[in-house]
Amino acid sequence: MKFSTLFKTIFVVLCILFPFSLLAVDDPEEMLPNPKAEARAEAIGEQLRCLVCQNESIEDSSSALARDLRKIVREHVAQGESNQHIINWMVQRYGAFIRLRPAFSSSTLLLWSVPFLAPFIGCFIAYFFYYRHKKTLPPHAPLTQEEKKRLNILIKDTHS
Amino acid sequence: MTHFSPLTRRRLLMSIPLIGAMGIGFSFWKMLTDMSAGTFNSHDINTPILNRPVPYFTLPGVIPQQGFSSTELKHLNTPVLVIFFASWCIPCLEEMPILLSLKNFLPLWGIAYKDSPYNVKEFLHNSGNPFTRLAEDRHGLVGIDWGISGVPESFLIGAGGIIRWHNPNPLTEETMTHILLPLVKKISS
Amino acid sequence: MFFSPELGHYALALACIIATAQGIFPFIGLYYRNSLLINLTYRLAYGQCIALSVSFLCLIYAAVTNDFSVENIAMNSAVSKPLLYKITGVWGNHEGSILLWAFILSLCGTVVSLFGRHSLPTSLKARVIAILGLIAAGFELFCLTTSNPFMRIFPAPWDGQGMNPLLQDPGLAFHPPILYAGYVGFAVPFAFAIAALLEGHVDAAWGQWVRPWAITAWCFLTCGIAAGSWWSYYVLGWGGYWFWDPVENASLIPWLTGTALIHSAIVVEKRNTLKIWTILLSIGTFSFSLSGTFLVRSGILNSVHAFANDPARGIFILGLLGIVIGGSLLLFAYRAPLLTETNSTLFEPLSREGMLLLNNILLCSLCAVVLTGTLYPPFMAILTGQTISVGKPFFDATTIPLAIPLFIAMGIGPMLPWKRAHLWPLLNKLWFVIALTAIAALIASHKFYGLLPLVCATIAIWIIIASLSDIAQRVALLRAPFLTSINRACALPRSVIGVAIAHIGVGITVLGISAMSQAQHLIVEMPIGTTKHLAGYDWTLTGIAKKPGPNYMALVATLEVRNNGKLIATLHPARRHFNTQNQTIAHVSIASLPFADLYSVLGKQRTIDHTTTYVLKLHYNPLASWIWGGALIMVIGSAFSFSDRRNNHFRHILHRQHLSPSVIEAL
Repeated sequence: MKFSTLFKTIFVVLCILFPFSLLAVDDPEEMLPNPKAEARAEAIGEQLRCLVCQNESIEDSSSALARDLRKIVREHVAQGESNQHIINWMVQRYGAFIRLRPAFSSSTLLLWSVPFLAPFIGCFIAYFFYYRHKKTLPPHAPLTQEEKKRLNILIKDTHS
Repeated sequence: MTHFSPLTRRRLLMSIPLIGAMGIGFSFWKMLTDMSAGTFNSHDINTPILNRPVPYFTLPGVIPQQGFSSTELKHLNTPVLVIFFASWCIPCLEEMPILLSLKNFLPLWGIAYKDSPYNVKEFLHNSGNPFTRLAEDRHGLVGIDWGISGVPESFLIGAGGIIRWHNPNPLTEETMTHILLPLVKKISS
Repeated sequence: MFFSPELGHYALALACIIATAQGIFPFIGLYYRNSLLINLTYRLAYGQCIALSVSFLCLIYAAVTNDFSVENIAMNSAVSKPLLYKITGVWGNHEGSILLWAFILSLCGTVVSLFGRHSLPTSLKARVIAILGLIAAGFELFCLTTSNPFMRIFPAPWDGQGMNPLLQDPGLAFHPPILYAGYVGFAVPFAFAIAALLEGHVDAAWGQWVRPWAITAWCFLTCGIAAGSWWSYYVLGWGGYWFWDPVENASLIPWLTGTALIHSAIVVEKRNTLKIWTILLSIGTFSFSLSGTFLVRSGILNSVHAFANDPARGIFILGLLGIVIGGSLLLFAYRAPLLTETNSTLFEPLSREGMLLLNNILLCSLCAVVLTGTLYPPFMAILTGQTISVGKPFFDATTIPLAIPLFIAMGIGPMLPWKRAHLWPLLNKLWFVIALTAIAALIASHKFYGLLPLVCATIAIWIIIASLSDIAQRVALLRAPFLTSINRACALPRSVIGVAIAHIGVGITVLGISAMSQAQHLIVEMPIGTTKHLAGYDWTLTGIAKKPGPNYMALVATLEVRNNGKLIATLHPARRHFNTQNQTIAHVSIASLPFADLYSVLGKQRTIDHTTTYVLKLHYNPLASWIWGGALIMVIGSAFSFSDRRNNHFRHILHRQHLSPSVIEAL
């Protein structure tokens, strides 16, 4: 279903409608009989992106391709293959794009480091701006007469 | 930093958000202009299969035409274009005239993706048949090994069954003359 | 034909001109000290709002009267569409939603000029309204040039193409206006920030003026996000409520910075510090609101919720964003260093300010993670040519570890005094909370599978207990006579109670999210009269009936849910077939019990040997409704703290306008 620009627009609309309008897993026979294996297959499927629709995992999508991929995942799970093995099988065919959780590599280094770096940078900035000059500041001057007056008015206002 | 005044230093520090926003804005501008020019599409997917030998498969033919297998592709000496198509797909129908003119330059081997032989024959009867060999992938499982996400998709197979080019979109006059045919010429020589 | 599309078009153009004048006059007036020009600004703000209301009414009129010669109506409406959706469909498409944006923006300008009439200094207020006018002018120009909703087509079709059936839902009908009110509402703090930069002066009073606006916008945004999430929960039919989709992220990013803003504005107001940071947050929040909503429409960020994409439109939007965001950040870089913090007060890391600062750091880190995750794929594609996906599993893995310390700090923060706190009194206050949380966690550990959901649930309980105990300690509950406590509670500032309520709301939402990870579901094929067992309930399919709707034909199932033979709920999941679009959509049926949602979806039917079976998807979603209930409580708490008389300048205005005290109380 590769479309030229016009068809792409229609396709986006279709993509919005169909996955939602139908059930993702709409055939109970698709599920594995063993609940543990089925749970594992679902966990793997949630890591894999439906290639035809945007931002849905193959578990959530009801496009034909997603259904095929779900079926393959379940076959591999039934054969007892490891999660990593199954994901690698998919990546081999569809590339890194299929992984909703990108693998850690040199190109995703920045992506994965943000959750660690951001709080540290934040703390550094806070330190830099608010604590570094601490010692250089003079102690507070006592309130002036006018300030005391204003303060009294404010306090009165609060309690009125 | 020593020769800047404290104010300038603070200003430089506080332009960091501006610089960041400008960087992001510039990239967006580049994406948008490339999108209008057609050189960038955020929907496009990389093809990991590129420059690798074709995956293993054997497919039956759509009678009377003969099917084919990966072994046959691996023993080829001249380039072949493998096209995944289906009778139920409108862009495939639109692509047919291009394929009919393309068959004069190189052999086209078709794979009918998730289709019934009857519909395929009907489809080719109406539009004309550009394919030298025609196989059927009834359940779409071979398509998954090739990494296709829809139809039509075309792959240029070079000597030794190596995939040299992948086009995930319908072939157009433009891609044919500007990309595909020069590439065929290059790898044939 | 008074409300013709041409009138609407004209009114839109008029609004654009008025907005431009509104954006320029105050600056001239302030420069030449001409009060006439400044006073004119307020009238211009009203005028712009009136012009846009007329424009908006014209579009609604065209939709209600089925004027398919208007392209926008022909594309998105149909004769058979119910009246409610004809009206709400006006803002369900790109052109109409831009018009709604501009309208809400003009409404903000009007409200600022109405309510800020006496409480704000003239120059600050004039500048704020001017900046709002300039932004509005930009959007109205965008609307006029590239997304005009009043464009006619010839020949006019007999019937329109209709609206996506999924959007024909009362929950979604009012979702866009609320969400946009949130996005656009942050334009006011933004305008205040720019005005403060222009004036070169920020003080505690500025914080006091900005905070109500930021809270109002935040409340709308929270409601909007919650409504959107609820919509996807009960319409999309697979029980999920948050998908980390770019559109959702685009609303989450300004929500995170907006949450940081309403907290840092407290520090500005009470302690006269964190001023530059608060200015930056005001600019950032509105910038994220703008860029998120608009970049989704440009086709760069792909999303299931995408509007029709058009790169040409994208370039215009980007130019507009460049002027608004680039201009404001340039001004920030140039003027903010002049706003010295030297006279600001200092504080220890362990203090109320310290905790609020930690809150800001963590919220902004979360924002950075969501932003990076959302933008990484297109940036990778343009820079290296590699395509990757960043989806739910990534965001789940990275945001939860950052959220946990945030929630822990949330419980402690309100208990701490300003400036400097000591560890020992804090622990003295906390031991009881810790003990209670530990007991609750022990009880919860029987209900939760998996360590992470249990940790999250414990944290949620921690927030709730800590917030309650803060109030209990303030009123000296159980330490003083009960009546004294009651009196104390009545005398508590509303902001304190509001904070506790809002934080409890967060706790409830987090508890709901943790419990939802324990959801169970079953996909079954059932003939009529059979019973299936899920999560301790017996689900019996008792019947199937055909029912016509206004513009669809429905197949409705009746599903009885029993617990130990006692009827708990009757569910009516349905499949609706819309003829205009030739689409069938599943209509989910949910029974919300206090502690769980019973959720059912009707699937395909199949007849084998004269017995018809129906595919049903049954979900048991524990505490699902708590997620949105918590969001509602957050909003109520924020609104409550907003009504605190100490920071309520509306009340002062009303006093000055000589209204009787009873009227003021009623307000």
